[in-house]
Amino acid sequence: MNVGAPLPAESRYTVLDAPPRRIRDVLLRWEVILVILLAVTIVVNTMVSPYFLDVFNLADATFNFSEKAIIALAMAFLILVRQIDLSVAAIVALAAMGIGYAAEAGFGPLELFAVAILIGLLCGAFNGLLVTYAGLPSIVVTIGTMSLFRGITQVILGDQAKTKYPAGYLDLGQSYFIKMQETGISWLFVPPVPLSFLIFLVLAVIFGIFLHKTRVGRELFAIGSNPVAARFSGIPVNRLIFLLFVLSGILSGLAGALLTARLGSMRSNIAVGWELDIVTMVILGGVSIAGGVGSILGVVLAVFVLGLVTFGMSLNNIPGQVVSVYIGALLIAVIAIPRLFGRARRF
Amino acid sequence: MTLRALMKFRELILAGILIVGVAAIGAYQPVFLEWENISDLLTETSVLFMMALAQMVVILTRGIDLSVAANLALSGMIAALISQYYPETPLVLMIAAGVLVGLLLGLLNGGLIAFLGIPPIVVTLGTLAIYRGMIIIIAGGDQVNASEMGEEFQAFPKLVVFGLTTPVWIAIVVSVLFYVFLNYSRPGRALYAVGGNPVAARYCGIDQRRQELLAYGISGAVSGLCGYLWVARYGVAYSEIANGYELTVIAACVIGGVSIGGGVGTVPGTLLGALFLGIVMTALPVMQISPFWQMAISGAVILGAVVINARAEQRPDKLILPEARRLGRKVPA
Amino acid sequence: MSEPILTLSGVSKSFPGVRALHNVSLTLHPGRVTALIGENGAGKSTVVKILTGIYRPDEGEVRIGGAARHFSSPRDAWAAGIAAIHQETVMFDELSVAENIFMGHMPVGGARMVDWAEMRSRATELLKRIDAPIPAAYPLRRLSVAQKHLVEIARALSHEAQVVIMDEPTAALSANEIDDLFRIVAQLKAEGRAVVFISHKFDEVFRIADDFVCLRDGEKVGDGPISGVTPPQLVRMMVGRPVDQVFPKRDVPIGDVILKVEGLSNATEYADVSFELRKGEILGLYGLIGAGRTEAMQGLFGITPITRGKVVLEGREIAIASPSDAIAAGISYVPEDRQDQGAILSLGIRENITLANLLRHVRGLFLSRASERDETRRLGNRLAIKAANWEQRLGELSGGNQQKVVIAKWLATHPKVIVLDEPTKGIDIGSKAAVHEFIGELAADGLAVILISSELPEVMGLADRVIVMKEGRIVDEFRRGAWSAEGIVGAATGAHREAA
Repeated sequence: MNVGAPLPAESRYTVLDAPPRRIRDVLLRWEVILVILLAVTIVVNTMVSPYFLDVFNLADATFNFSEKAIIALAMAFLILVRQIDLSVAAIVALAAMGIGYAAEAGFGPLELFAVAILIGLLCGAFNGLLVTYAGLPSIVVTIGTMSLFRGITQVILGDQAKTKYPAGYLDLGQSYFIKMQETGISWLFVPPVPLSFLIFLVLAVIFGIFLHKTRVGRELFAIGSNPVAARFSGIPVNRLIFLLFVLSGILSGLAGALLTARLGSMRSNIAVGWELDIVTMVILGGVSIAGGVGSILGVVLAVFVLGLVTFGMSLNNIPGQVVSVYIGALLIAVIAIPRLFGRARRF
Repeated sequence: MTLRALMKFRELILAGILIVGVAAIGAYQPVFLEWENISDLLTETSVLFMMALAQMVVILTRGIDLSVAANLALSGMIAALISQYYPETPLVLMIAAGVLVGLLLGLLNGGLIAFLGIPPIVVTLGTLAIYRGMIIIIAGGDQVNASEMGEEFQAFPKLVVFGLTTPVWIAIVVSVLFYVFLNYSRPGRALYAVGGNPVAARYCGIDQRRQELLAYGISGAVSGLCGYLWVARYGVAYSEIANGYELTVIAACVIGGVSIGGGVGTVPGTLLGALFLGIVMTALPVMQISPFWQMAISGAVILGAVVINARAEQRPDKLILPEARRLGRKVPA
Repeated sequence: MSEPILTLSGVSKSFPGVRALHNVSLTLHPGRVTALIGENGAGKSTVVKILTGIYRPDEGEVRIGGAARHFSSPRDAWAAGIAAIHQETVMFDELSVAENIFMGHMPVGGARMVDWAEMRSRATELLKRIDAPIPAAYPLRRLSVAQKHLVEIARALSHEAQVVIMDEPTAALSANEIDDLFRIVAQLKAEGRAVVFISHKFDEVFRIADDFVCLRDGEKVGDGPISGVTPPQLVRMMVGRPVDQVFPKRDVPIGDVILKVEGLSNATEYADVSFELRKGEILGLYGLIGAGRTEAMQGLFGITPITRGKVVLEGREIAIASPSDAIAAGISYVPEDRQDQGAILSLGIRENITLANLLRHVRGLFLSRASERDETRRLGNRLAIKAANWEQRLGELSGGNQQKVVIAKWLATHPKVIVLDEPTKGIDIGSKAAVHEFIGELAADGLAVILISSELPEVMGLADRVIVMKEGRIVDEFRRGAWSAEGIVGAATGAHREAA
C-alpha cells in the first residue's frame, strides 16, 4: 500500500517531534525525588554513625533487603499491569520447605535452587491461571493462595524446622560472592558483594532494559494504561499477565532459596509479612497502583532508600517497628506532598 | 436453574452450607454441638464479625483498609495503658477511649484518602506500619500483662448474660446497627452508590469525601472497640497482637459475597462469611484435625468463594439471536 | 412567549490552556424545546456541566425565574429544578430502579429512616406517567439502554425538574424507542417544562425543537426559532465555513475477491454471517442498534470466540483465535468505543500509533525510537493530525484527532481489510468530512473496507454495497444504484414499520 499524498491539511501547523524539555520537568520526576531522599539518608546516617559508611557493614546490610528486592522487581511488573501478588511470602515459605526436604535427600546447591524455582513457578502458574483463565481479581485470589500455600507448608512441616543443608549451599547465602579486592590506591577497590545483592543488581539491569526498551515492555505499559484497548490492539494480555505471575513465583522461589541459605534453617513462619514490605518498595519506587506508570530505576532507588534507612536505624539500635513508623510515614509523605502542592502527579 | 439465578439466594446457600457443615461436624463429634462449645465459637468469632462488617463498609466504597489490625492493636494498647496507670477510671470511659482512638486513626486514613486522593491501599499500607510502630513507642517497648490490667477491665468480656458472653452481645448490637445503617439510612445507601458508580454518585449530589470519611471512621471506631475486647479477653497488650489479621478480615468479607470492586455486599452475607472462617478455625481441634490445617483450609475456602462470587457478578450474555432470547441463554451448537 | 424559566448571561469558563466558553448567553422558555447545536469542542458539554452544577462559571451568571443562582454542587442544581439525561447513562447498575430514581433524595419516614414502601410506590407512579412498563424493584443492570434512559427521565421528574437537558439521548436507540422518547418530550413540553436537546442529527433537531442555540469555539454564533433557519445555514453557523458534500464518493476500480466469510456464528449474538469482499470495495454493514454487526465483526477479528465459521483471505483459509492472528493476516478493526477500546488516552500519540505494529520497529532486541518517530510523522501528516507534538498525551487531543490516531494505528499494520465501526460517531462535522474522504482514499489505495454505520446517509454516500443485519443475521443485500433508503431501512426493521 502506498502512502499517498497528505490530505489538504491546515499547514499553519507543524507538529514537533517532542515537547521542548524544561528543567522543571526533569527535576519533578519521581526518580529525582528518590535520589534526593537517598542522598539525605546517606548524609544524615553518616553524620550520626561512623559505622555507616563501612564497606563491610554496607555489604552486610544488603543481605537484609536483597531477597525482598528481587521479588519487588517482579511485583513492579505486576502492579504496572494493574495486578498484585500478595502470596509471594507464602511462596517463599513453600519453596524454602521444598529445599529443606530436598537438602535432607542429599541434593546439591544447584539442585536446591532449581527445586525452589520450580516450586515458585508452579505456584505462580496457579495464581496466573486463576487470574487470567478464571478472570478473578488478583488481590483476593492472592489473599487466598497466600493462605493456601502457607497452609500447605504448615500441614506438611507442622512445628518442625529444617536445618540440614549442604555447606556449599550455605556458603552461597552467607558469604560474599565477590570478595573484597584491594588495590594499591586507597579509594579504588572491588567491594565485597553477596550473591543475593549481585543477583538483584543483575536482574534489575535486565528488567530495566526489558521494560523500557523492548517491545514486550511497551506492551506491559499499554496493558497497565488500558487493558481493553491493549487487547484490541493485538497484545496478548492474558498470556502476558499469566507469565508475569509465573515470573513472580519464580523470583519468590529464588528469594526463598537465598533466604534459606542465609538463615541456615527454616520454619513454616519464614518470611511472614514480606508481601507488604515488597509492595511498599514498589509503590515508593513510583509504580502507580492504578497501573501504566513506573520505572525499574525508581524501584531500585526505593530499595536502596528503604534498605539504608533500615540499616542506619538498626545501627543506632532503633527497634524494627519504630523504623516501620518512619517507612510508613515516608510512603505517605512522598505521595501526599506533591498532591498537597496541587500537581497532578502519577497517581 | 442456572448458577446465576441461584446466586440471587447466595446468602441462603451460604447459610445452607454452614448448617450442613455444622451438622456433619456435630454428627462426627457431638461435643461440637454442645451449647458451651457454640458459645465459645461465637465468642471467639465476635471480633471477626464486627471487624468484617467494618471492612465491608470500606470495601463498599471501592476502598480497602489494611490498617485495621494495627488500629485494633494500638487502640487496645491505649485502653490497656489507661487501665494500668489510671485504674480508677470507670470501665465505660476506658472502652470509650479505645473507640475514640480507633475513630481518630480511622479518620486519619479517611482524610488522606478523601482529601488528598491517595489510593486507599497505599494510605493504609503506610498507616499499618505507623500504627504498629506507635504501639512500641507509646508503651516504651513494654507490654501490658494481665496482672497490670484492672480486674473489671478483664472480667467484662467474660461476663455471661442469658447464656452468651458480652462480646457476643456487643457483636449482635453492632450487627443490628450496621444493618439498619446500611439499609435504612440515606448515608448508608449512599455508600453503595459511591462504590457502585462514583461519577453517578456525584451527579446525585452525594459528597464522596464525606462518605469516605464516614466509612473509614466507622472502620476505625469498630477496630478500636475490638481492640479493647481483644486485650481484655486475652489479658495481654503488645505490639504483635492481631498481626496479619487484616487479611483474615478481608477474607471474611470476600467469603460473604462482598465485591472487591465496590458497591456490593450485605450484612447477613458478611456475618456468614465471618462465621464460616470462625467455624473453620474452631472446628478443627474439635474434629481432631491438627490446627496446622487451618490456613490451608481457609485458603481453599477463600478461593472457592472468590470463584463463586465472580460467576455471580458476571455480566449476562448479550442475547441478540431470537432463538437465544427465547431460550434465555446460549443456543446449543 | 412566556417568561423565561432560565437564563445564562455572559457566562465564561476557562481551563488551563483552553477557553471553553466565552460570554455565552441563552434563554430557556417553559414549554419549549431548545436545540443546543455545535461541533464537538464547541462548548455544549461545558454549558451542561455549568447548568448541572458540576462546574462553576468564571464569569456571568445563571438566573432561574429571574433570581441569580450559584450552584456549588450538583445537589444545588437538582434543587433548583435542573436535570440532565446523558448519552451514556450514569446510574447504578447494582441498585434497583427505584433507588436509582431517588438516590440522593430518598423519602424518609420516622427517625429519618429510608421509607422503602413510599419510594417504590412513588417510583412506580413516575414510571407510569411516562408509560414505562418497568418494575420499580428491578435491578438496573437488567434493563436495556432505552429503558435506562426512561429511568433517567423518571429521575428528572422525581426532582420536579423544570429544565430537562437531554445530551445525545438517541445515540443508542432504535427508531421505535426514539418515537417513544419524542412522545415523552412532547409530554414534558405540555407540562410546561423547558427541554434542552443536544444532538448531531439534524433530522431529529428539526423534528422536535422549537428554538435553537448554536455554539462555535465557545461562543454563541446564532439563536432563534428553528423555523427560521435551514440545515445548510445551521451547518454554516456550526462550522464557520461552507461545507460541501459531506460524503464525496470516489470512483474506484473494484478488484478481485479478497475476503470470503462463510457461516460465521456465535452462541448468542449472530449466526450464518456470510459475505464476500473485494479489493477497493467499501461494504456497508447497516442495521439497527443491537443487530449484531459489531459482535460479528469482533468475532471475525478474534476478540470474541466463534462457534462456527470459515474465513478465507486471498484464497487461503485462516484461523483467527485472537486479534494478533487477525492483524498478522492483514485484517484490522477500528472499534466503535474510541475511549475504552480504540485509544490509550494516557499514552502519547507515537506510542498509540505504533502499538499494533511494534514488531516492525524492533532492531535486534530493542525498539527503535527513531523508527517509531518516522512512522508517526508519516501517518500523522497523512491524516492531518493536529497536535502540539508527537509525544503529546492522546487524552489532550480533540475527539476527531483521537479517532485519526486510532485509524493511523491500524494503517500502520498495512492491512488488506479494514473494518471501521461507527468511525464518525461523536465527531464534529468538519472532521467527519475529512474521515469520509479518507475512507474513500483507503479504497482507492486497494484496501477492502467494511463500514459499520447506523447513519443511513453516511452508508449510502460511501458504500458500494450494503448488507443489512437484523437480530444477528444478514437479511438483505443492496447494490449501489439499485437501492433505496426505504428498502434498506425496511430490511433493517423487518418491514413491519408503519409508513413514516
